[in-house]
Amino acid sequence: MTLNQLGVGRKATVKKVYSESAERRRMLDLGILPGTVVETVMSSPLGDPVAYRIRSAVVALRREQAELIEVQENFTADEMESRG
Amino acid sequence: MSVYVETATAAKECGACPSTSCNTAHLTRLGIKMDDWDYVVALAGNPNTGKSTLFNAWTGLRQHVGNWNGKTVTRAEGALRYNDRKFKLVDLPGTYSLLSMSVHEEVARDFVLFGRPDVTVVVVDANRLERGLHLVLQTLEITDRVVVCLNLIDEARRNNLKIDERALARDLGVPVVPTAVRHGEGLPELLRVVDEMAQGRYPTRPHRLNYRDAALEAAVAQLAGQLEGMFPGLPNARWVALRLLENDESIIRAVREGTLGDLQRPDAFPELMQLEAR
Repeated sequence: MTLNQLGVGRKATVKKVYSESAERRRMLDLGILPGTVVETVMSSPLGDPVAYRIRSAVVALRREQAELIEVQENFTADEMESRG
Repeated sequence: MSVYVETATAAKECGACPSTSCNTAHLTRLGIKMDDWDYVVALAGNPNTGKSTLFNAWTGLRQHVGNWNGKTVTRAEGALRYNDRKFKLVDLPGTYSLLSMSVHEEVARDFVLFGRPDVTVVVVDANRLERGLHLVLQTLEITDRVVVCLNLIDEARRNNLKIDERALARDLGVPVVPTAVRHGEGLPELLRVVDEMAQGRYPTRPHRLNYRDAALEAAVAQLAGQLEGMFPGLPNARWVALRLLENDESIIRAVREGTLGDLQRPDAFPELMQLEAR
């Protein structure tokens, strides 16, 4: 999944950053790189941009930026169990 | 990031007084009175980490302090005297990076690289250390005269964060001074360290990333050699070479137009003298 698909209050781990050139540099400068845990904090009224917590700072990303960040959602042990 | 243990270094004489009246033994705030100076100190850091608060505490000026991103658009300047030495203080715009994504970053980077400050103080938010360290490492690629100001340490304490600044200083190879600038905590120590470093009495061993790539290193060496030929006296040809290889548009333009060296001229920063005491 990509970061824009992560629900509010959910956490995920970054797998790959597909952004290129300056945009990619920006993401890396903000601390978004493989292994980083991100959490969706809140969504703006129109659903774009969305605020994410990244390394204890809250950062707003537009949908087209978040779409280029591949993540894997983090589930708690309980959630894993209920999912079977 | 969790290897740190708190050591309280609150300056006793400063704990109780507001920052504007915090008496640092031999500090005289000179505002914008600076006809000459012995040393230039740059203040860099992420947005909203307290750079302007530090600037005001040391110069007595009232550079506008605000809790939003990108407040310091160009640079503010002020002066102070400490132990009979005059320091010019340059408050750079807050950036997450020195790699020229915006005008802010370009101003900060050009000054650190070409303005050749005697000391660059990188202010980091102790509560968001990981984020600030990125800028510290980038700054260390340009200059080894860096002091890390670990600010908002009071908030970090409230958040139960314990930071081992000695381990941090050892790993970075430059001094790390915990401060709560708003309350004057740590300011005398920070000024003492900056003063010592300006005089070259504080040896540093900056942590620099090894890119471990033979092809890249060969390309950097080749380009750096050519750059030094084109721009004699270039402060850090290796850094410029890396930016060229990275396709940094502003650096490519400066090299192509032959203006890279111009940035070293004192008049290359016309906005320098424009701040008025308000």
